[in-house]
Amino acid sequence: MGGQIKTHRELDCLGLYCPEPVFRTRQEIDKLAVGQVLEVIADDPAAEEDIKRLVKRLGHQLLEIRKEKDRFHFFIKKVK
Amino acid sequence: MPRKRKKLAIIVHSGTLDKLYCAFILGSTATAMDMETHLYFTFWGLNMLVKGGLEKAGLPATYKHMEEQLKKKLKEMKYPTPYELLKRMKASGLLKIYACSPTMEMFGVKREDLIPEVDEIAGAAAFLDLASDADITLLV
Repeated sequence: MGGQIKTHRELDCLGLYCPEPVFRTRQEIDKLAVGQVLEVIADDPAAEEDIKRLVKRLGHQLLEIRKEKDRFHFFIKKVK
Repeated sequence: MPRKRKKLAIIVHSGTLDKLYCAFILGSTATAMDMETHLYFTFWGLNMLVKGGLEKAGLPATYKHMEEQLKKKLKEMKYPTPYELLKRMKASGLLKIYACSPTMEMFGVKREDLIPEVDEIAGAAAFLDLASDADITLLV
């Protein structure tokens, strides 16, 4: 923890509920180049499990989830 | 070898907002997860494919008294409408929409009455054929 991850795009999903964070995260992943990292910030309690599974299903890499009070920060690396 | 896409097949039988959301939230999430999605609309669901139908969807009689409150809340949540979810699925290129042929005849619905997103008018054999190799099959 605490290491800086270089991010290339950021997506604010605060206040949005399932399926919005998943849908918007997918859209942003599509805009990344291979090797780039997306940071998604969400506060829907469902997002933790949903984003994890989305990233796994799409075959990308979830570098880290940082929990900060009621917010999640996801760092997603596009690998293909 | 590339992994075969997962496939979701849903029979949309209901024409009320609560159940349409069930089908469309699952469908739009499936396409976001790179799954092929097939929606077969029959009975009250088919009536939702008639132009203007999705916009008019409300709650069933038992919950009618909660409809106004729910719709207000959905707006506050900036929640996508069923038609917006359907358009998203379509834009992914992974959605196919089928309209049930006998239902169309029962309700006097013509091809030109349907929204342009409908791919095919189909029957039971078509659904069973595509569902027979689907990974997830649901009736809503």
